Amino acid sequence: MALATKSAGIRQLKNSLAQWLITLGGIGVLFTLILIFMYLLYVIKPIFDSATVEPLANISIESSSPILVTGVDELKELAYIINEQGVIDFYQLKDNKAFIGSEEHQAVGNNLLSIELLAANETLKQLISSGVDHQLLLTEQGYVHLIRPTFTASYQDDLREIIPHVIYPLGEDVLVVDEQEQMIEKLAFMKNDEQAMFVGFTQDGRLIKTTLVAEDDFSYDAEYEAIYQEINFSAADVDDILITPDMDMAFVRSGNQVSVFSLDDEYSVDLKDKIIPNLANDEIITSMALLSGGSSLLIGTSGGEVSQWFEISTVNGRVFKQVRTFSASSSEAISQIYTEQFRKSFYTITPSGEMGLFYTTSHADLWRGQLIDSRPSTMAIAPRADGLILISPVQSTVNNNTFNLLLFAVENEHPEVTWQALWQEVWYEGYPEPDYIWQSTSGTDDFEGKFSLVPITFGTMKAAFYAMLFAVPIALTAAIYTAYFMTPGLRKKVKPTIEMMEALPTVILGFLAGLWLAPIIENYLPAIGLLLIFLPLSTLLTALAWHNLPKEWKNKIPETWAPILLIPVMILAAYSAFSLSPILESYFFGGDVRQFITNDIGISFDQRNALVVGIAMGFAVIPTIFSMAEDAIFSVPGHLTSGSLALGATQWQTLVKVILLTASPGIFSAVMMGLGRAVGETMIVLMATGNTPILDWSIFQGMRTLAANIAVEMPESEVGSSHYRILFLAAFVLFVFTFIFNTVAEFIRQHLRAKYSSM
Amino acid sequence: MNSWFKSGSPWVWLSAGGVSISLISVLGLLWLIASRGLSYFWPAQIVQFEMLDEHGVKSVVIGEIYDRESIPTEQLAHTTIKLDPNQETVERLLIKTGNRELVSLDFRWLLVPQIIKQSTPENLVVIERRTNGNFYGVIETLKLDGEVVELSQLTVLLERVEYFQEQIDDLQKADIGAINYQLERLRLKERKHLLDDTLKAQYTQLEKKLMALRHEIARDQLTVRAMDGQVVTINFEDVLAVTFNNQLSTFDKVGLFFSQIGGFIVDDPREANTEGGVFPAIFGTVLMVLLMTVIVSPFGVIAAIYLHEYAGNNALTKLLRISVINLAGVPSIVYGVFGLGFFVYMVGGSLDQLFYSETLPSPTFGTPGVMWSAITLAILTLPVVIVSTEEGLSRIPSAMRHGSLALGATKAETLWRIILPIASPAIMTGIILAIARAAGEVAPLMLVGVVKMAPNLPLDGNFPFLHLDRKFMHLGFHIYDVGFQSPNVEAARPLVYATAFLLITIIVALNMTAVSIRNKLREKYKMLEH
Repeated sequence: MALATKSAGIRQLKNSLAQWLITLGGIGVLFTLILIFMYLLYVIKPIFDSATVEPLANISIESSSPILVTGVDELKELAYIINEQGVIDFYQLKDNKAFIGSEEHQAVGNNLLSIELLAANETLKQLISSGVDHQLLLTEQGYVHLIRPTFTASYQDDLREIIPHVIYPLGEDVLVVDEQEQMIEKLAFMKNDEQAMFVGFTQDGRLIKTTLVAEDDFSYDAEYEAIYQEINFSAADVDDILITPDMDMAFVRSGNQVSVFSLDDEYSVDLKDKIIPNLANDEIITSMALLSGGSSLLIGTSGGEVSQWFEISTVNGRVFKQVRTFSASSSEAISQIYTEQFRKSFYTITPSGEMGLFYTTSHADLWRGQLIDSRPSTMAIAPRADGLILISPVQSTVNNNTFNLLLFAVENEHPEVTWQALWQEVWYEGYPEPDYIWQSTSGTDDFEGKFSLVPITFGTMKAAFYAMLFAVPIALTAAIYTAYFMTPGLRKKVKPTIEMMEALPTVILGFLAGLWLAPIIENYLPAIGLLLIFLPLSTLLTALAWHNLPKEWKNKIPETWAPILLIPVMILAAYSAFSLSPILESYFFGGDVRQFITNDIGISFDQRNALVVGIAMGFAVIPTIFSMAEDAIFSVPGHLTSGSLALGATQWQTLVKVILLTASPGIFSAVMMGLGRAVGETMIVLMATGNTPILDWSIFQGMRTLAANIAVEMPESEVGSSHYRILFLAAFVLFVFTFIFNTVAEFIRQHLRAKYSSM
Repeated sequence: MNSWFKSGSPWVWLSAGGVSISLISVLGLLWLIASRGLSYFWPAQIVQFEMLDEHGVKSVVIGEIYDRESIPTEQLAHTTIKLDPNQETVERLLIKTGNRELVSLDFRWLLVPQIIKQSTPENLVVIERRTNGNFYGVIETLKLDGEVVELSQLTVLLERVEYFQEQIDDLQKADIGAINYQLERLRLKERKHLLDDTLKAQYTQLEKKLMALRHEIARDQLTVRAMDGQVVTINFEDVLAVTFNNQLSTFDKVGLFFSQIGGFIVDDPREANTEGGVFPAIFGTVLMVLLMTVIVSPFGVIAAIYLHEYAGNNALTKLLRISVINLAGVPSIVYGVFGLGFFVYMVGGSLDQLFYSETLPSPTFGTPGVMWSAITLAILTLPVVIVSTEEGLSRIPSAMRHGSLALGATKAETLWRIILPIASPAIMTGIILAIARAAGEVAPLMLVGVVKMAPNLPLDGNFPFLHLDRKFMHLGFHIYDVGFQSPNVEAARPLVYATAFLLITIIVALNMTAVSIRNKLREKYKMLEH
């Protein structure tokens, strides 16, 4: 007895254990679906986050004169400042704790290196920053020193130490910018390996261009030859000069007018265009900056607005046009615009220290705030755009020689992606108008990714539309016949045969579509049109012929054999369509339909086009729709049919008025399921289209779908980049699309099942 | 006529047309792939054409007829070719001429009117080679170690080469491969100095052996005259097979046909997958699918049992059913994206940090591989197993459950002893359908582990034998890659058809098995009910 109870206890334990395990497994399915959903969301979410700016460090430094420029290294561990006396100082921003106890240990705020950049008899007039960390020191004497603060990492026993230096990219001698050695009021500078270029405005009112052409390459040796040119320009004063990084253009602002000069001609510098912003009465231009890449000019006004200008092609040639404006401040002028080095982001700052962070292309207002109480002396963006460094004078000290050096961390990974940029027209640099463009990669470095989901979503719908256009009539007629008219014996063979199509790998369908069907369609295009007429016509003719057969023949070949009878008829019809095709082609289309379509109708013709995809994907979808619609029609309760027939309706009337009506929700859900499959199909579209992301309904052109886009681009996208996350978003869009289709279809089916069982 | 329309008969016929089109397309598709796929293996006649071109120059073309088509005469109007102007179309032949080292393209079109004479001389030979594709021509001499010998020696010499080639393969793959693998592991464990010297010694010894074999194999040569009269010397080292196609009887051809099919299945690919066999792809597909089956079967069956035996009629169950339907309907590429992000980068990346930190930054599991592919496809095929198993469960008469419970068995015991054994064919059906689905799925695999060429199989003689982190080759991807990404699509096309035929055969066979099991099962339960 005791044994029995014990074993009963174990059995109960096993029973409840099994119950738990199985329940867990069951719930696991739901969990999997939710996991996929949540994971996709988790990857996508960062692209819609706005930027954040958090303080990282605040150190107090001494400088005998006001600080003009600051900068920071890539890892935000060291910073430098240059003051009005031409002294550069490097400071430690982050304690290099790994070196504690050794000589290399540096605490936060330590001055690492201090160099006087000017000779004893020189005084600094102006400091000009340009390009990648180049600092130009313009002296009162009219000479120029070019320096570049650099940071090199050295490793000791796997510990990294960053060592600051100052290098002189064009040699340590002073540079003579003006041939006549006049004082220079305003100066701009740009340099690459082959040449360095200055555009300056002298005290005696001349605008000059000076080119230093490297004898070999500036990265090896600083030998150069100077070419001096004078630019035809008359203005009393110049406020700002900028040179594009490719040294093609210079922007010279005097007052509210910006003159654009083209610099690429070696012999003369021509005025290319004049930018005159449309300002309100008392507004003036207060600042100007070049966006990363140098194609766009940003103009800040006293009204707190920043406008972006770039060149676009018009009938009158290329002209500068105002493309978009940002209202950065409601009350104050934009005193300075700082642009990021590699992305199209910029920061604005007002006299009271109010700041804003914007992204031009996506027109995104990413962040606004006030980091310090007053306007900072100077500011710099960290090289990786993940930090900001600000210098602010400490007012309370007696002789104003204490400054705060503030470092902020900026979290702004995906500024180019906004909901609007993904789904609305975006005006990209160099494009004549706003457009929907998907172009994620390119050969050049300063390329800007163009991520509009519209063309590929459109492509998805286009492919699905043509596939459904082809599949729905065939699948539904086949389902109707198989479920309602076919004899059970034949149905038992036909249904699994058609359903076998569902098991065919889509990669095979895609391969056949791309390499077998596409050339056939291209060569026999008229035949495809003829088939649309020939197939129904031959069917009707066969039906008529059968109708007129004598009775005894009719009994021998019953109508239920129609699908089998029609097979040879249709093959014959198709054969005749294909053999008529070349004749039709030479009589009506001048021998070549392809040329006829491109030249006479003016539509471009791709070999792998929507027609091919429609047919191939149609085949993939037919079994899905057929199988479910057939089930829905077949399971309509028999007494409905009998009742209708008993009341004298013909077979066809019964079918249309009773059966189809009753089964219509089921048929609808079958079509929805088919649509869901067509939307998500990858391999067929990948192989049977040219995968060009275009917005065109034309049946003779290809498309790129969400799914094919993911398959093509995912393997080469960098993990965590905007591109990677947008591809996840594409997958999420697909997921949601199909989720809706499937859920609706399933609800309808469940409802229908309940309805049938109650009948 | 009017009454005929009113009766609805034409519409019935039209709807019958839908069935006909579907049937034509399914059967036509299967026939197309089968005929093209199988004809790849059939030894074709080698034809010699004597041509006279429009400039009166005579030439000889030797090759296999690949395709023929007729084109409108107008398309050739701009050329200097003289044609009968009354003719609407001109026939042309696509000839595979091989001999890649002599001509830039191994295919050429011949216009039928320019052919003066067409013959199939018996001495024409096709030489299948390791590199550069086929060679067509006439054998001039056979050189054994530099001395000319009789042509009858050919088979002996070929067998000799084959023997050595096998030895070389064994050495390279098994022995040298194993040493390389061990060296790599030692490098990671930083115990290089311990065993390095012995391994190095072994390595040099094997290398010497390999060199000796290479020398042996390069001994004999074959000189062949090509169609333009050039004589080419082919080393036996390079030769795989020499066949006089035009001398073969039908019986021989059938024999060759089957041996070609066999070779296709067991050989490794050559020439960037465009020639040779597909063994690694078959192996990769099978291994991945087996791994997937191991994962998906228990989960699918448990979920189905829960849904059918345990779940109450409540909102949760409804939600679960919708989840199953959605899992089945989510596009496969979405699974690929999920698999790449979640399994490969997140789970795989963490595994690397935990267990394989010594190899970082080069990833072990944090990169696409066969395990992640299997898991991803397991999620994808989960609903297939669930639906099929549940259908089987629902067909078991409830009397059987009641009987078992009435006799005092617990629910778990009833399940284990009564329900599962009866439902096992349905479970089997589900698993087979899942395998068929997984074998044909390509899109997600492109993201989570499939590659064009895998240097090593995921299963080999090196511990731990099964390398789940390795990438693998797959039949479906092979079709996509060779058909669309290979440099010489035209030459590769027949092979793609053959691969497609192989894949379709596997999948259709699996499906038919599943369907027949299901049908048998249905009959059986119908009997049980009475």
